[in-house]
Amino acid sequence: MNHPMDHLLRTDRLPHIWCPGCGIGTIVSCCIRAIEESGIPEEQFVTVSGIGCTSRAPGYINLDSFHTTHGRAIPFATGLKLANSRLKVFILAGDGDLFAIGGNHIIHAARRNVELVVICVNNFIYGMTGGQVAPTTPVGGITSTSPYGNFEHPFNLVYLTAAAGAVYVARWTTLHVHQLKRAIGEAFNKRGFSFIEVISPCPTEYGRKNRKARGIDIMKYFKEKSVIKRDIDLSTGSFGKLTDIKLDGEIVCGKFVDIERPTYLDKLEELKTVVSISLK
Amino acid sequence: MNTEFLKGEHFVQGNIACAEGAIVAGCRFFAGYPITPSTEIGEHMAERLPKLGGVFVQFEDEIASIAAILGASWAGVKSMTATSGPGFSLMNENIGLGAMMEVPCVVVNIQRGGPSTGLPTMEGQADVMQARWGSHGDYEIIAVSPNSPQEIFDLTIEAFNLSEQYRVPTIVLSDAAVGHMTEKVKFRTPEEVKITPRRYTTLKPGDYLPHKPDSDLVPPIIKAGDGYRIHTTGLTHDERGYPVMKEEAQGRLVRRLVNKIRKNANKIIRVEEIDTHNADVVVISYGITSRIVWSGIELSKRKGIKVGYLRLITIWPFPEAMVRELSNHITGFVVVEMNLGQIFYEVERCSAVKTLLVPHAGGGFHKPEEISQAIEEVAKKRK
Ligand SMILES: Cc1ncc(C[n+]2csc(CCOP(=O)(O)OP(=O)(O)O)c2C)c(N)n1
Ligand code: SF4
Repeated sequence: MNHPMDHLLRTDRLPHIWCPGCGIGTIVSCCIRAIEESGIPEEQFVTVSGIGCTSRAPGYINLDSFHTTHGRAIPFATGLKLANSRLKVFILAGDGDLFAIGGNHIIHAARRNVELVVICVNNFIYGMTGGQVAPTTPVGGITSTSPYGNFEHPFNLVYLTAAAGAVYVARWTTLHVHQLKRAIGEAFNKRGFSFIEVISPCPTEYGRKNRKARGIDIMKYFKEKSVIKRDIDLSTGSFGKLTDIKLDGEIVCGKFVDIERPTYLDKLEELKTVVSISLK
Repeated sequence: MNTEFLKGEHFVQGNIACAEGAIVAGCRFFAGYPITPSTEIGEHMAERLPKLGGVFVQFEDEIASIAAILGASWAGVKSMTATSGPGFSLMNENIGLGAMMEVPCVVVNIQRGGPSTGLPTMEGQADVMQARWGSHGDYEIIAVSPNSPQEIFDLTIEAFNLSEQYRVPTIVLSDAAVGHMTEKVKFRTPEEVKITPRRYTTLKPGDYLPHKPDSDLVPPIIKAGDGYRIHTTGLTHDERGYPVMKEEAQGRLVRRLVNKIRKNANKIIRVEEIDTHNADVVVISYGITSRIVWSGIELSKRKGIKVGYLRLITIWPFPEAMVRELSNHITGFVVVEMNLGQIFYEVERCSAVKTLLVPHAGGGFHKPEEISQAIEEVAKKRK
């Protein structure tokens, strides 16, 4: 039997590798629906990832898809986009991939305002390598490399990307499928660097170690603790502590930045005009 | 330097000649991070590419630079990065990705003395093995080794051609001496040189598989966004590009990646040979060192020794068969290189005769006497 989304999936690769209760599949389906609803020709979409559970996602999506090295999806995608400005390039990768090993690349891509849509699956842990501490693990979180509870201050991904210059920044959980799909759609239509953090369950690694062994327990936590805030505008620079995530604490969701700013390619086109005029 | 392509003869630095060669080859995307002694290549590209409709990006590091040129190449644009030893070390993980994804692109390494930060402004030739095996796993790349500004111009074009022909990252392995030396360069325009076009598939989407090779073991390529909907990965994959975690798939893929270079080696390899067929001793060298060996050879010739000269122009793949063949009718080899033995071991394994290394740790050049002494020592074997 065919599913209406099959044409955007590599059905010949299914079943996928993800665990029961994992949130990544939900995020993939939000992406696919956003692509369908965008009205942009499917062929124009290209998806890139690094390494990790999340980074396997592009392999299941039936578009030109590139599974690269750990942490390097953003510069690879930047090459694609700058070499062919017609492409709609989006990245699906984990919090470890994008903010630990790839941390330098994400802040620079946001600073340059390269037109990319980055969808970061934040499960608070390294899934694929077996549950080690991530730069997003909340203080107190138990992982295989923080067995006594994490004591490092975690990154706040929405502050970080907003501060680095992203023109679109939002955070949702996998419970908020409608909002997530809409956010991805908005990002596809944004000119510039868009960042969407999706808080996602990893029952196998994070849940098991932190008293939420089943996907459903994590979804209950999302339901109880997530609050949607519509009045936070991180583009103004008044960051406060509004969106910090603490262990078992509130998850503030919403759209935090939605601004316009010339993209890298806009600036490059300007430059090309200037130099071609100087040639004459 | 405002015209589209430089014409005629100019007195320029090797690094500038390298950048101009890339432009003639069709490179329109350059990503890099500054490092001595390669910096002028990026600086020159920053000036030239916007005028030619191309893209120059100075990235946050070398890792981003190599990743970006792989992406740009998949988007259908010939791309290049340039660096020196420490940056080359950082690039190696993604050179492996380029080998695995079969991405045509050019990486220039203007070598300096190492290891580590070593001698930033001074020449070295000690990244020879890193160029070949720098990334983890089994793979083969192509590397060329120019010995003059003219040759770095010509060989950069050649590097693009080879990388397009074999869908493999190709390395221009030069050094601080060639990069910073200023000499006369005859620039050629794209009409005057051979430019190998990208080998795009003629198949329709649906019929095309990104890693299904032609009879020469090289698969044709596509451009992202053209509707082929391919998947490609650094994981072990099948012809569709889908990951397959099986011994059989690993064997098939890795053997092909290696064999597409090894089995085509005779078509790839270029050397310069002088008097080798009537020599007792053959001096083997490459890059800047190949210009130093002449004074050593002259000294020995004056003493009546028959000395031949073999210069590696493509350094990888290594001209194994040629060295074996030579070894059948000479007394011995002398390998002169600016490291403590890298190509020496390659020669030694192919040689049935006495083989001496004249090493140098970098940051200066061999003395002619060291070379002639080695030649004479090998020649003595004859008696
Ligand atoms: C250079 C390098 N270092 C380490 C690894 C091992 N590794 C694979 S996935 C991963 C972490 C992935 O975590 P995250 O990005 O959070 O993704 P998740 O699996 O949770 O979706 C690591 C460290 C690697 N593949 N490459
Ligand atoms: S380990 Fe966690 S992130 Fe990875 S597939 Fe399983 S549940 Fe998902």
